[in-house]
Amino acid sequence: MTVKEIFETMDYGPAPESAAPALEWLVDMGDRFGCFIDGKFTDPGETFEAKNPATGNVLAHVTQAGQADVDAAVTAARKAQAKWAKDGHKRARTLYAIARLLQKHARLFAVLETLDNGKPIRESRDIDIPLAARHFYYHAGMAELMDEELPDQVPLGVCGQIVPWNFPLLMLAWKIAPALAMGNTVVLKPAEYTSLTALLFADICRQAGLPRGVVNIVTGDGAVGEMITAADVDKIAFTGSSAVGRRIRAATAGSGKALTLELGGKSPYIVFEDADIDSAVEGLVDAIWFNQGEVCCAGSRLLVQEGIAPRFYDKLRARMDTLRLGDPLDKAIDVGAVVDPVQLQAITKMVDGAQGDIHRTPGPLPAQGCYYPPTLITGLSPADRLMQEEIFGPVLVSTTFRTPAEAVELANNTRYGLAASLWTENINLALDIAPGLTAGVVWVNATNLFDAAAGFGGVRESGFGREGGWEGLMAYTRPRGTAKKLSPIAPYTTDDGDPIPPLDRTAKLYIGGKQARPDAGYSRPVYTRTGKLLGHASLANRKDLRNAVEAMTAAKAWSATTGHLRAQILYYMAENLSARADEFASRINALTGGRSGEAEVTQAIRTLFKWAAWADKHDHRAKPVPLRGTALAMNEPVGNIGVLCDDARPLMGLIEPVAPALAMGNRVAAVASGPYPLSATDFYQVLETSDLPGGVLNILTGDHADLVPHMAAHAGLDAVWSFSSSALSAEIERASAATLKRTWVNNGQTRTWPSATWLAQATEVKTVWIPYGE
Amino acid sequence: MNTTDTHVTRADAHLPQVHEPRNAGVAVDLSWVRAVQANTSAIERRAATLPGRRSVKKDHQAAWLCKAISLIDLTTLAGDDTEGRVRRLCAKARQPARADILDALGMQGLTTGAVCVYHEMVAPAVEALRGSGIPVAAVSTGFPAGLSPYRLRLAEIGESVAAGADEIDIVISRRHVLQGNWQALYDEMREMRAACGEAHVKAILATGELGTLRNVARASLVCMMAGADFIKTSTGKEGVNATLPVSLTMIRAIRDYETRTGFKVGYKPAGGISKAKDALTYLALIKDELGNRWLQPDLFRFGASSLLGDIERQLEHHLTGAYSVGWRHAVG
Repeated sequence: MTVKEIFETMDYGPAPESAAPALEWLVDMGDRFGCFIDGKFTDPGETFEAKNPATGNVLAHVTQAGQADVDAAVTAARKAQAKWAKDGHKRARTLYAIARLLQKHARLFAVLETLDNGKPIRESRDIDIPLAARHFYYHAGMAELMDEELPDQVPLGVCGQIVPWNFPLLMLAWKIAPALAMGNTVVLKPAEYTSLTALLFADICRQAGLPRGVVNIVTGDGAVGEMITAADVDKIAFTGSSAVGRRIRAATAGSGKALTLELGGKSPYIVFEDADIDSAVEGLVDAIWFNQGEVCCAGSRLLVQEGIAPRFYDKLRARMDTLRLGDPLDKAIDVGAVVDPVQLQAITKMVDGAQGDIHRTPGPLPAQGCYYPPTLITGLSPADRLMQEEIFGPVLVSTTFRTPAEAVELANNTRYGLAASLWTENINLALDIAPGLTAGVVWVNATNLFDAAAGFGGVRESGFGREGGWEGLMAYTRPRGTAKKLSPIAPYTTDDGDPIPPLDRTAKLYIGGKQARPDAGYSRPVYTRTGKLLGHASLANRKDLRNAVEAMTAAKAWSATTGHLRAQILYYMAENLSARADEFASRINALTGGRSGEAEVTQAIRTLFKWAAWADKHDHRAKPVPLRGTALAMNEPVGNIGVLCDDARPLMGLIEPVAPALAMGNRVAAVASGPYPLSATDFYQVLETSDLPGGVLNILTGDHADLVPHMAAHAGLDAVWSFSSSALSAEIERASAATLKRTWVNNGQTRTWPSATWLAQATEVKTVWIPYGE
Repeated sequence: MNTTDTHVTRADAHLPQVHEPRNAGVAVDLSWVRAVQANTSAIERRAATLPGRRSVKKDHQAAWLCKAISLIDLTTLAGDDTEGRVRRLCAKARQPARADILDALGMQGLTTGAVCVYHEMVAPAVEALRGSGIPVAAVSTGFPAGLSPYRLRLAEIGESVAAGADEIDIVISRRHVLQGNWQALYDEMREMRAACGEAHVKAILATGELGTLRNVARASLVCMMAGADFIKTSTGKEGVNATLPVSLTMIRAIRDYETRTGFKVGYKPAGGISKAKDALTYLALIKDELGNRWLQPDLFRFGASSLLGDIERQLEHHLTGAYSVGWRHAVG
């Protein structure tokens, strides 16, 4: 075309970024890569092809790591860890050097990422790489501050990290930067579709003077991931699909390995009728057509208020029609290539035959390469499969709502809970809705904002753990201190126990604020050490647990009460316990046959006081994100928590976990000490005089092992904690995989936990991004 | 392509009625005005990423830069303007780039969109541009503050039209916006539009003085309801002139107005656009948000004085591969 002709058509024309420097780097590296272990690239072994999804061309050959590679990597990491953990300032300098090197080689990383993944160069250049560098800068600071600010935290050790293909370098940065900052060493596996920037990163690590063995990169498919999961590592951090996350949860069950999972999503994008509609439409471009929709937190479920829906959809369709799809290296392309033919097929298969009205960005797809057009499907209802399942492609599904309450209901009507966007010009509405959304991240009048200072992660089947910010460091440290092995405690038995008079109390279950007989109608006698009959404890079964969970769910108002009110009730519980201290002390002594009753009651009162104190003091944080606005890190209750109490301490076993859980606004079903259940049942009389709303704390007695499978599998429980002396940790973790609930188990050990740990376990950090400006 | 027509264009070729029905305006609809929202931070984020989302290279860039030239209201609005200065500017409007550059690009006959001057300079400009097809625009109504007596402001329009101005760039009373007095703004705009007669009217909002993007959006809408042919950001005299966020806000208002009324209204960012690269970003913004139809002088203009010089240097660079310098190109 001549200039004159273009003057008339005003077409964009090609604007390609050169692939040459990245291709030259691949050639320099021999086009064949081994793993990066102990500071060196190993010789390439059996390899697979790294392909450019936009063309199908082979970019390089990457090694399928074997068991020996994984072992060598873990050994190298183990060997390097102690020294690496010693000097925070040295770590800070190295992480800073990595950040600088990422910036110095920014374009090389960006082009290589786009070649390997298919994402538009605009995104890799302006988003992925700068955010990755920012993550290393931020965590260089964390390394520097660790000694001073986290003196009671120590590194976990060797971390196995498995990252996905949608943001290969950025997810690597999210994993490696905090791990290294906190003195861990890592064995990381990039996704098999996208290994190349991880290998370039390995090259950068050498230039940054990173000590050998601190970062090890092993490449390959899921089999390598399984090897890492099974290896002698202290932690697994995984980002990827919920299905694989489940397998990792099950595989690591009972191993004592720390685990964080950042999984799938079906994040709602809510548009209220008073929103700036054009901005909300534009936001969707960044929500669902960013990175071809291959984004775990993609705003993939559009919820529009009925009154504006037709107009909104018209504007959205018009906007879709100007999206430019094509060569990812073109600087004026909005939507690039899907990562692999397999993914393209998965998207196609899911969407084919969909109900509803389908609109697609018009125009022919490129003749070759993995392309899927931006797609909008309106007129769906929550019952439609596409409204529930993650598509992981550029496909937006939509329905409408009538009221703010209905918007929240629809938004939360999902197994996932990763992110949410909401659009309104009404600050009252925005700040009311944000806490109501079941999600780890909420964007107000924005979408897909990320920063190293702001936590990111999900709830429900979107996983657990946070990445970024102070809260993200909890995933790579543990509190200083050692644990002792727990031995199971058997209840006292006798052949012919006489009752201890006076005995006229009946210990029932305490469910929904009422004393309840056990569903099965069975009880077991509870004897003193000398064989006297102290009373009977109900044997709760799965139906009693079910009833307790229903009561907890009905008591959700507790989570919305003020910290002040929760504090008052905890103080009141302490006061009422104090009034009956002697009675509780002698009961404890009678149950255990010891003389620690008085001390235990005193400790229980102190514990209640402590958590009454904390109830209104676990401050939210306002994060200094690089934006005019703020990101609030809100400490929200986890929800419904099932607790298996410590067996050894009849009263403290209940109070120690329950008090922080209640203080933070959770509802609890606690299964009392197995051998010594009667202090917990005595305690419901304290509850009845302390104004605790019914259902907030439910007390069950019975066999821990009987209840564990039902507890771990119950979809209505958001977390399970076990301090039981029975060996139940593995079973809890394994059974929790189905719902991916949070678990906190003792692995047969006992130790005292600092308040920070209780606070972290009793809360979910929700990051609410609030840009502002008029 | 037949390029012979471009040498002789009719004097009204740039004017809306050739292609589109002129915006007749509609009855003022205050509920519509008050429902308009503009989320500043979202608009700013969109604007901030715009330059990175679009890129135009090589021949396409040259063509787009020529398009930018065709859309410039080449402007002088200085207290020391003289007839001679204005004649020079008009000569530049006729021959906006060196003949050899335009020849090499195949863009012979390219002119700027218009020449924009104060009232006293209208007559010399009309004279200097006679036969060129380039319209003369006059800033008016007590430009730039718009605080001279109302009756004189209206009279000024008539004088400029009588002197031969094809387009009148009026300034609105900012206080009507700041006080939320949309009816008064509507009435003022309506009367000014009437005073323009057949001349086309551009409403200068002076966005740098309106306080918020929400005000910009609402003022844009009211002026369109009252019959503005164009809405324009700035006089060039405010502290802040045309910006991408303001532009995004105004063109979204234009799009909404067209959707509801069917009338296409033009857009003119003015002040602060001095680089060729900025011009390309603006053209991409207009293309993506409003469509190619708006990339014509009847619906889009740059209000600029120094932009042309940078474009000339870029065009020479395109042809030679070497960076150019100002003195190789004729001043206006």
